[in-house]
Amino acid sequence: MYKIKINHQVYDFKTLRNLMAKASPARSGDYLAGLGAADNLERVAAQWALADVPLKQFLNEALVPYEQDEITRLIVDGHDLAAFAAISHLTVGDFRNWLLSKHAATETLTAIAPGLTPEMVAAVSKIMRIQDLILVAKKCRVITRFRNTIGLENRLSTRLQPNHPTDNPAGVAASLLDGLLYGCGDAVIGINPASDNLEATLRLLHMLDDVIKRYRIPTQSCVLTHVTTTLKAIERGAPVDLVFQSIAGTQKANDSFGINLNLLNEAHLAALELGRGSLLENGTLGDNCMYFETGQGSALSANAHQGLDQQTCEARAYAVARKFKPFLVNTVVGFIGPEYLYDGKQIIRAGLEDHFCGKLLGLPMGCDVCYTNHAEADQDDMDMLLTQLAVAGGTFIMGVPGADDVMLNYQSTSFHDALYLRQVLRLRPAPEFEQWLQQHGIFNADNQLQQQPDVPVLFKSSLQNLSE
Amino acid sequence: MSNDNESMITQNPWHSLKQFTPARIALGRAGMSLPTRACLDFQLAHALARDAVNIPLDFAGLKQRLNVLGYQSLTLQTQAKTQPIYLQRPDLGRLLSASAIACLQHATPIPFDAVVVIADGLSSTAIEHHAEPFLRLLLPELQHKGYRLPPVCLVKHGRVAIGDAIAEHYAASLCIVLIGERPGLSSPDSMGIYFTYQARSGISTDAERNCISNIHENGLSYRQALKKLLFLIDEAEKLQLSGVNLKDQTTDTEPNDRLKQSNFLLK
Repeated sequence: MYKIKINHQVYDFKTLRNLMAKASPARSGDYLAGLGAADNLERVAAQWALADVPLKQFLNEALVPYEQDEITRLIVDGHDLAAFAAISHLTVGDFRNWLLSKHAATETLTAIAPGLTPEMVAAVSKIMRIQDLILVAKKCRVITRFRNTIGLENRLSTRLQPNHPTDNPAGVAASLLDGLLYGCGDAVIGINPASDNLEATLRLLHMLDDVIKRYRIPTQSCVLTHVTTTLKAIERGAPVDLVFQSIAGTQKANDSFGINLNLLNEAHLAALELGRGSLLENGTLGDNCMYFETGQGSALSANAHQGLDQQTCEARAYAVARKFKPFLVNTVVGFIGPEYLYDGKQIIRAGLEDHFCGKLLGLPMGCDVCYTNHAEADQDDMDMLLTQLAVAGGTFIMGVPGADDVMLNYQSTSFHDALYLRQVLRLRPAPEFEQWLQQHGIFNADNQLQQQPDVPVLFKSSLQNLSE
Repeated sequence: MSNDNESMITQNPWHSLKQFTPARIALGRAGMSLPTRACLDFQLAHALARDAVNIPLDFAGLKQRLNVLGYQSLTLQTQAKTQPIYLQRPDLGRLLSASAIACLQHATPIPFDAVVVIADGLSSTAIEHHAEPFLRLLLPELQHKGYRLPPVCLVKHGRVAIGDAIAEHYAASLCIVLIGERPGLSSPDSMGIYFTYQARSGISTDAERNCISNIHENGLSYRQALKKLLFLIDEAEKLQLSGVNLKDQTTDTEPNDRLKQSNFLLK
């Protein structure tokens, strides 16, 4: 079935899973797993063969057996045939043509999302160029709400990430204030704690809640600790806005993270019950209360990829995410290291693939545009991904002081990076946060930092206390 | 080093916050972007970190320095032949090359108690700066405890688990691996120590190891690291295990600065 003759050579890819892996644009993780195409010709042959596969075939041939894997069951059992109807006659190749055409307008893309499986979306992304990934993602619109509204057209939000090597309260507060004064933090103020223990988590949760309340910041907080720790924090009455968890695309990989769908469901219900979102201007309650992080290679690093290429695995994680109507989903694309994504070229493509796949499946997709020092990448590569992601309508990026995370030891994007995008692409923050920034004289009416170098009145006394 | 012309940039009047964090805060701006100085500062830190990963360790020099101290060493290769392969194939960095295995088999077959392995890992500068001074403290302690030690094994392109094969070869129950850690912008030369009790190649997992990380000038001192390692060794001998069930109970004395522990935003 997955056979093709190209350049006088017959390629027989035998299974859809193998075909998907061979059709993937080259990346180190697939070679580490022994799954990548042997050469360029084999890759292109696989892409030709994949283009001929009917979308319907993905409903007939599970890439990880239904009996073995709860993510497969989630995908199959949750598939919406009515939503699929509009595109059910297409092959993967024609699906690409359709996505690029005017038939695939924003409303149509929203309507078909429940009819798409992660594997269909991963498949079409493998035969798309970067400009295709950008063009189609830009047409998708995914809006989520908690204390503000994320994902509106021509908006870009930022996660303020004030990490500190020892979770020192003043150290966290210093980066937090620096970020706010640079106009950052509407997606979430999210801390990666240095230690995963409950006491530290409680301290940080209370601190963020106190800051958000004291300064009436229309945003939400998150302490990125294991979901079981957050559940315990909720039991202890802690002010939990968004529940965080890293997720992956196979049951086995999620096992290695110590999670499953039941546990996530329990956490989702617990957070909904807290009801800490706001009643927003248009009368809707902010009830998107989950924050998920993903990244290509995470399943393989747990030796739980089940023979899937890493990009397909990643797309399957989005099936997990969408079940819980998250406020934010973040692909931490370059964090994992060069054994999965070797260089700037691989990181850039992976970031745009993830954003495209997530958006097409209906997720509020942001990207931690990032790299480690042992990857063949530098600030220029990050500028490329940052710019392309913003052109593609990326929902949010990270804001780390000077792009240097002193706790996690990797390079992400800075407050200045977000301001660069606001200038060149006229991108505004979330409306509620925009209003707060302008009200306190941090941003001017054009969403640029005010020229006057003084500290806004709102924060003046806190800083004065310090110097006394 | 050049300074930015003050009239061209907007300074942030919250410099005082820098006392609380090593993060790059209050950088100021040129337009809305990083001022030249902050931009080049970052590039400098990145260059140091990149060079730490990519400049090969001077194994002959290290062998010589250990020799001067009176310690024998063997230089071994893994199956990761080049640096790009090493970075992309962690599995190969955990396997000894054929010549390394031959070299070990050539050495004396009598059993030993502890092996000390030095691997370049992801930062040759970490090993260059910290391995020999640390061994100066560690090896006399191990000898004092009466442990029989084979030559120190220096491993090129090695991952942590390479120690397992070496410990197994020498039938040693204590495996101590010094390795260059993934370099951060603020710590390009950070060394880590991984300790495994009864390490066995292909069997020992990360859950069976104890890690003492962040050994560098602004991190953990040699003395602190040594104290932790000796504690772990003693406890492992008692409990006959290492890893998640062996907890480091030594205390890190950190100055408890009142100002740092309170939050100026909530005063």
